[in-house]
Amino acid sequence: MSEDIITLLKENVIQGRKTQDDEGIDEELTGPGVVELTQSALDHDISPAVIIKQGLTAGMQVVGEKFSTREYFIPDMLASAEAVGAAMDILKPLLEASNVETKGKFAIVTVKGDIHDIGKNIVAILLKGAGYEVNDLGTDVPTEKIVEIVREYKPDYLGLSALLTTTMVAMGEVIEALKEKGLRDKVKVLIGGAAVSNEYAKEIGADAYCVDGFEAIRVLDACQEAKA
Amino acid sequence: MPREGILIDTPFERMTKEQVEKIHQASMEILSDPGLICFNQRAAEMFNSNGAQVTPVSPSDHPCWLVKIPEKLVLDALDNAPKTVKLGARNPHNSLIMKGEEPRVFFITGSETNIWLDVEFPTYIKKSDPDTEIMVPEFKPRRGTVADLCQSAHVCEHLETLDGYIRTVNIQDKDITEDNKDVNKFFASLNNTTKHVMSGLTSLSQLDNVVNMAKLIVGGEEELKANPIISFITCLVKSPLQFVDDTTETFIEICRRALPIVVSSSPQAGSTAPIKEAGIMAQINAEVLAGITLSQLVNNGTPVIYGSVPVRARMDTLGDSYGAVETSQYNIDCVQMARFYKLPNYSTSGVCDTKTPGTQASVERLFSDILITLSGPQYLHCAYGLLDCNSVFCLLQAVLDDAHFQMIRFFLRPPRINETEIAETLKQIREVAATPQKLYISYIRRVMRSGELSAPYPFEGDGEADNVFALAYQKMQQLLSKPVEHIDQATTSKIFREIPGILPRLNVYEEGR
Repeated sequence: MSEDIITLLKENVIQGRKTQDDEGIDEELTGPGVVELTQSALDHDISPAVIIKQGLTAGMQVVGEKFSTREYFIPDMLASAEAVGAAMDILKPLLEASNVETKGKFAIVTVKGDIHDIGKNIVAILLKGAGYEVNDLGTDVPTEKIVEIVREYKPDYLGLSALLTTTMVAMGEVIEALKEKGLRDKVKVLIGGAAVSNEYAKEIGADAYCVDGFEAIRVLDACQEAKA
Repeated sequence: MPREGILIDTPFERMTKEQVEKIHQASMEILSDPGLICFNQRAAEMFNSNGAQVTPVSPSDHPCWLVKIPEKLVLDALDNAPKTVKLGARNPHNSLIMKGEEPRVFFITGSETNIWLDVEFPTYIKKSDPDTEIMVPEFKPRRGTVADLCQSAHVCEHLETLDGYIRTVNIQDKDITEDNKDVNKFFASLNNTTKHVMSGLTSLSQLDNVVNMAKLIVGGEEELKANPIISFITCLVKSPLQFVDDTTETFIEICRRALPIVVSSSPQAGSTAPIKEAGIMAQINAEVLAGITLSQLVNNGTPVIYGSVPVRARMDTLGDSYGAVETSQYNIDCVQMARFYKLPNYSTSGVCDTKTPGTQASVERLFSDILITLSGPQYLHCAYGLLDCNSVFCLLQAVLDDAHFQMIRFFLRPPRINETEIAETLKQIREVAATPQKLYISYIRRVMRSGELSAPYPFEGDGEADNVFALAYQKMQQLLSKPVEHIDQATTSKIFREIPGILPRLNVYEEGR
């Protein structure tokens, strides 16, 4: 029974079915989705570690492979990541109670003056699906507020997003403000968005430029590995 | 079910109804004064015995007659000509039903070129950075062969946007003669595509051999009438206003056999037709109507297609300029004229002036392909693979053209706006508005897999690399490696026994080699 639930959970991650109401790729796959199956797994006393490793992560691995062979596209990847993110929300209290840490804490914002958030939202979904604890602070966020969040929430990573050449300068201001408050070495700063580049990241002293959400996962995973 | 082609809901037309009428009237005047010079005696006699004013022209190097065709004779022929023409195919699902009043479009190859363009990809090393290598396509022209024609028909069979096949290359092998060219070009085409095959005829002496070959393939005379897997194209009128002797003779014989035939005229605005639009339109229309009139005099009910290949002259060479904007205008005008007469049309697009695939080829082709398709021309000879006007065929270009036509086909899908779609959309908008991320991405997946989204350009390179030619070449090789449904062995044996002149190397079952 437990194996059946985990197998179904993995399959639903691959199909990107967050809940029982969602359509996957295979129309014949109906019934409970990732959210219901995660709850069902807990009801059957399956440990969060097994749920994550054999169900969620194993499913995402298949999704990643299908994406790399162009069988899957970004909407498929996002659907699966969103489903995994929803499962992680269910598991989070249990993980905290048993002192199991997530892969890392990630705060993400669109900087002051910029309200564009498509890219930021996609990055947030993908990172959550990849097992990171994501705190999405929204758009047009003042520098002071970002600094405040870094102080209080203590994220391992801070993602700054900007679409416009006129707003990207706020990224440098955030980094300077973090330095002023003695917080710069507490957090890795990643930048992304249409206006910025690797060169710009170096210029303002960011730790990395991520061209998209997949690059963000690669960068964060590499940092985690380096930590380990 | 025959091929559907694309029905153009609201065809693009340039001329007003009044302008169409004016062209028609001007053409009628041309046909009666000055009339046409006819170098074919049988045609002159037929016109004469049916009420045209026919007088010998003298002195002349060749016997010829001035034929003045009265309006009534033309109007009767237009009444009698079938308004629906079927072009059959070896695979009946590839048949084309062309209704003169309907703005539908089928995409077809053609025309016959002398030069076949091979492509190779030599590697070049950057002088300033020897570690950097790039592959640059190199195009090598050579004379076309029957093997090339087989290869071209093979690839065209697998190009999904292509609805029919006009032979693309003139076969110039050493063992091809005037007497065996027709049977070989028709056999090479028919044996490598199950789509409709249209061609011109090189020698009238081969007409019956070609027709008998088609009968053997479909099973007999009645079967060929029901499923005319072959049709012909003739330029019986040479511009300006002259019935050519041998082509007219061929035309008469094809009409007698009641096989579908295109009456095609190809005047050049500036040299063989007036430079202004009204002039070339009045003349080309008169020339095509003269041919159509003759077709019905020969055999009432001949399935005839209004063919138009007008072109503007280049000012630098007085050669053809298919890439000229006016050429597209003339073609669209001709589509309108054919529809005015309720006759199926053979139109032309995609022929470009440039000699090799590249930016100019794409610009010239897409310009005319899109615009003329939008006019709903029925049988659109859209020149897959054709370059340097009508001189060069490049298979790689044909594969590139298929990608263009996939885009054009997709664009012409009717709008999907109805009660169900609106209800579904409103539900989606309300659902997404209530989420923090406000993204519609989760709704893409089903649409993405249903075929409702257009595909990306198939030859897109990675990053800034332009790999279009290399990727198209890969696709071409893939298509060539796909099997083709050849004519079955028993029929092939019969054809080789009964039809003289077909080269033994074309027998895929290796009989008689």
